Amino acid sequence: MSDVIRFILDGQIQAVHNVDPELTLLNFLRTHWRRTGTKEGCAEGDCGACTIVIGEMRRGAVHYRAINACILFLPMLDGKELMTVESLRGRDGWLHPVQQALVDHHASQCGFCTPGIVMSLYAHYLNRGPVDVATLNDVLAGNLCRCTGYRPIVAAAQVMYDYPSPSGGLGDTETQTLLASIQRTSMLALVHECTRSGVMKKFFAPRTLDELSEAIGAHDDAVILAGGTDVGLWVTKQHRMLKTVISVGDVKDFDLWVDTDSTIEIGAGMRYGQAMARLGSYYPDMGALIRRIGSVQIRNSGTIGGNIANGSPIGDMMPVLIASGAILVLRKRNKTREMPLEDYFISYGKQDRQPGEFVEKIILPKPCAHQVFWAHKISKRFDQDISAVCGAFNFTIEKGHVKAARICYGGMAATPKRARACEDSLMGKLWSYAVVQDAMRALEKDYQPLSDMRASESYRMTVAKNLLYKCFLADTKNEEPLDILELAVESHG
Amino acid sequence: MDSRPGKGMRVHQALRHDSALKHVSGEALYVDDLPAPSDMLHIYIAMSPHAHARILEMDLDAVRVVTGVAAVVSAGDIPGQNDVSPVAGDDPLFAEGEVYYAGQSLFAVAAESLEIARAAALEAKVQYEILTPLITIDQARQAGSYIEDSQTMACGDAAAALKNAPRRLKGRMIIGGQDHFYLEGQVALALPQEDGDMVIHSSTQHPSEVQHCVARVLGLASHSVTVEVRRMGGGFGGKETQPALMAAAAALVVRKTGRPAKLCLDRDDDMKLTGKRHDFEINYHVGFDETGRIEGIDLALASRCGYSEDLSSAINDRAMFHVDNAYFLGQATITSHRYKTHTVSNTAFRGFGGPQGMMGIERVMDEIAMALGKDPLDIRKVNLYGKAPRNITPYHQHVEDNVAPELITQLEAHARYRERRAEIKDFNRASPFLKKGLALTPVKFGISFTKTHLNQAGALIHIYADGSVHLNHGGTEMGQGLLIKVAQIIAEEFAIDLGCVKITATTTGKVPNTSATAASAGTDLNGMAALNAAQEIKGRLIAFAAKHYHCAREHISFSDNHVTIGNRVIAFADLVNQAYLARVSLSSTGFYKTPEIHYDRATHRGRPFYYFSYGAAVSEVVIDTLTGENKVLRVDILHDVGRSLNPAIDRGQIEGGFVQGMGWLTTEELYFDDGGHLLTHAPSTYKIPACSDRPVEFNIEIWEKGSNLKETIHRSKAVGEPPLMLAISVFSALGDAVASVAGHKFMPRLDAPATPERILTAVEETRRRAGVGKS
Repeated sequence: MSDVIRFILDGQIQAVHNVDPELTLLNFLRTHWRRTGTKEGCAEGDCGACTIVIGEMRRGAVHYRAINACILFLPMLDGKELMTVESLRGRDGWLHPVQQALVDHHASQCGFCTPGIVMSLYAHYLNRGPVDVATLNDVLAGNLCRCTGYRPIVAAAQVMYDYPSPSGGLGDTETQTLLASIQRTSMLALVHECTRSGVMKKFFAPRTLDELSEAIGAHDDAVILAGGTDVGLWVTKQHRMLKTVISVGDVKDFDLWVDTDSTIEIGAGMRYGQAMARLGSYYPDMGALIRRIGSVQIRNSGTIGGNIANGSPIGDMMPVLIASGAILVLRKRNKTREMPLEDYFISYGKQDRQPGEFVEKIILPKPCAHQVFWAHKISKRFDQDISAVCGAFNFTIEKGHVKAARICYGGMAATPKRARACEDSLMGKLWSYAVVQDAMRALEKDYQPLSDMRASESYRMTVAKNLLYKCFLADTKNEEPLDILELAVESHG
Repeated sequence: MDSRPGKGMRVHQALRHDSALKHVSGEALYVDDLPAPSDMLHIYIAMSPHAHARILEMDLDAVRVVTGVAAVVSAGDIPGQNDVSPVAGDDPLFAEGEVYYAGQSLFAVAAESLEIARAAALEAKVQYEILTPLITIDQARQAGSYIEDSQTMACGDAAAALKNAPRRLKGRMIIGGQDHFYLEGQVALALPQEDGDMVIHSSTQHPSEVQHCVARVLGLASHSVTVEVRRMGGGFGGKETQPALMAAAAALVVRKTGRPAKLCLDRDDDMKLTGKRHDFEINYHVGFDETGRIEGIDLALASRCGYSEDLSSAINDRAMFHVDNAYFLGQATITSHRYKTHTVSNTAFRGFGGPQGMMGIERVMDEIAMALGKDPLDIRKVNLYGKAPRNITPYHQHVEDNVAPELITQLEAHARYRERRAEIKDFNRASPFLKKGLALTPVKFGISFTKTHLNQAGALIHIYADGSVHLNHGGTEMGQGLLIKVAQIIAEEFAIDLGCVKITATTTGKVPNTSATAASAGTDLNGMAALNAAQEIKGRLIAFAAKHYHCAREHISFSDNHVTIGNRVIAFADLVNQAYLARVSLSSTGFYKTPEIHYDRATHRGRPFYYFSYGAAVSEVVIDTLTGENKVLRVDILHDVGRSLNPAIDRGQIEGGFVQGMGWLTTEELYFDDGGHLLTHAPSTYKIPACSDRPVEFNIEIWEKGSNLKETIHRSKAVGEPPLMLAISVFSALGDAVASVAGHKFMPRLDAPATPERILTAVEETRRRAGVGKS
């Protein structure tokens, strides 16, 4: 017997029976319900035309986040509130302040991206987020617009709080009550017979770590689904059929953050969006790097653990984690094992994860005295692009000498890989220009990068060397400007 | 701020887009949003995996038997001609015998769902004999593969002028193509009608061409096919010729099954299957004097057209028409080679070859400045068109409306060009790793289709007995605000509120034989045609009122929803109703053809353009000389739109076009592998500008003095394409920043798009040539 998917839409509890668990929310909205305001622009979470807002109970309050509906499987909505662009108009027919501000600023031309932009800004409005330009650039990074050039959209967003508050809709308490009424006490289990192929598709959403561990143990061929920012594309882009899916999104405390004296433990279910500020408070460059992973929508879905588990080549996070000395904790039923994160990546597309095993958490050492931690990624576009090269550097410099060095690059080899020769060339040496020059050359022993659509082999090598140089320059406190973004801020101020 | 259409607000007002409320509420309907008939089929197009191959066998039986598949159609199922091309008859709907590019359509599967259709297509057994493809311009050049003869345009004796010039230089640059990346992909919905007729909802800039192509494929007369388009989710030229294939495939499925059918390409298929902006190679040899003034120039343009002609002939012509940009070239020879390759057939894209041509001459300006150690702006100014005889273009049209010098001088002052040039010099001296660059570039863009017969438009206006107006014309809405502008024109003519004018979907059933909404001419042409229709009806109303109220015609006037007839004032709606009762026709077509233009393509002489649109931009950038990363810090634009019909809409075109041009020249890179497969076919790999890429400081001014010497609609000027080319200032500024690493002594060999990789490579190469080490 299959469960029913329940969620809230426009103040009503919706129950959806017997759907293909791989049906995306976008397709469901457009074809089953004919709510066509939500658009498909790319079906891979890059353009944002499908942006919707999800509300859920988290530790006593309703939290809202903008999400890409194109790569969200419908069962992932279970127990949550959904808002689409059609939800926004007040009962009296007036536009929401976000919508009115966009109209007043001539911020739509062809209008196709507009519903997604409305929803990204709406989520930000609900969260009472700040409206400075830097924040809005981030809020809108996942919404591509080909017509306007963005200026009027940002201008509209900057004044969205100046409009009278909207009336109507559910109050916070009502929403909480409704949400509470659809929470499950046990695992969501869906079984769906595919009418055409006769394949039985299964979807499970365990509630506890033990349930999860049990489910994965029982279905060791299952695809483990976290945010869907990678697995979603297996379906929408590669058109793969997933027979059994185990979703970790509802596992209690799977996104836990634990601070110890010397370490940070990050639950595998922690989303990038949740980790960004916290990790940034310890490692500012790690926070800055996460800011450039995907978009707000992607970071509201994607998890660090998920990127590790799948060895996703688009996970720009690996070099910084490896450079920091992260330890990976894998679990199978009640057994756990630990390994340095760099050992997990065996070769392209191959990781050291056994059937039935899942990523439980990541443990990072806290920064220590005399540590230099610097990271930067190079891509064609600043926002929401996959790096050509990503470099992360972790040095301990004592009395002007390199006491410890962990260097890791992405984009230079088939897996995120430490630069051992480069590290060796620095160890014990004076932290100086001449030594860094030698270390830059040593990178040629570490890597033989490839040419592809992101960059050529020679650019990758040159820029990898220069990133080390920039790390050195950043640390040795030159007066000269080193960061084009700082100039951009200055220029704006 | 209040942009609601109200009383007295008609032309020259900053009114919001007519669909703005529907855009933000999600109520605006695009083709894929239309209610689907319950028996509608979904179509998937199977595409060639090879760039060039002979099809030895195509066995589709296994596709047909998949449950849920209703029809499989390929070349053999076409009752008419297997051709969806705009001009040359060389774009098959489905491949026959050979495939000519990776991504070419082979056959279509129609099924109960898109998933079924896509999965079924994999069952096809196709055997190929792989043939050698020509992918690059170089390969096509060596093989002598052209879509048509090379063209030459000449003014004077360039060779002699070059020989006698005090200074000479040569160079070469490569300019990449660009995908349109309209947010709404290609889509068509075909609905069966009686008698085998067809109604098609298409996302197209060119409903008439879709109509004609569908009729041709089905072997029907054009009157059997009706094409409708309410709006597109972006076009940019990508929906001028390309939608015919989608529409024809859908129509063919309808013909075969009798059921409605929809074809909606997903992003990856759209990017692989449909044409893009042409990539170019430009070689220049220029002779000039010590002031930098060009005396003679030889420009050779080469472009990659792809496997068929499409609009490449006119696009490459327009590139030739714009290699002068705003400059008098003296004795000039311009040649243009149009290479045929085994890649997707490149097509119209905002600017239509003009941007590539302009890139060439702007590079020449920078290079002359570098050679003479002068500010590039001074070189640009000394070469601007002027008084006779310095007002003749290479195609022998006289430049009569040249506002570039005045506009540039104003922008130079407003943007503090000279002061900032000095500040940047200081900055660069003190900054070893980050370097700034600055550039001012102008735009002069010719307005009119260069194929003269296309410069015509039609409109249809009805006034109903209650005084409400139904407006229709041949132009299509892709976000550019054409429909609101034409509605403003009509409201103005009748002096009624904008709300009284109903904007309606473009359809071939109301206005026939229309040209594409393209060449920036949408408002010029359709606005005039609609005005013509309105004036016709207005004339009848005046004649009626004069007779009915015994009043001289000159004492009848329209204002504020009323009509003054001598001493009497009556409501517009009342006059309309009286006219109806008196059996006056309240419906009229309108027509317009652009005057004065003519062109002889055999000699490349004539007056292809009715007038020119002008603008200029100053861009300031910073680059990181260790990584090649870059940022546009500030942009100042002064643009001439004549007397703006709607400054809000025009401003949107200017800033949106600029950012799109910036993307073309910086982050947007089409990457084909050696086998001719496009590897950047989705936003994950093909990077159009995101929000944070817009200039940090972005000052846009519409030129207050703007007017049009010609009698265009309310003296406005076309605005769709020209602003895109203002972004050449960004590219030029990036080159300026690169050149600073060697004291502006060497012209960086920077090609487009200027990705971080190309910038870093140019930095290192410039340093090597100058013998300057790293800082």
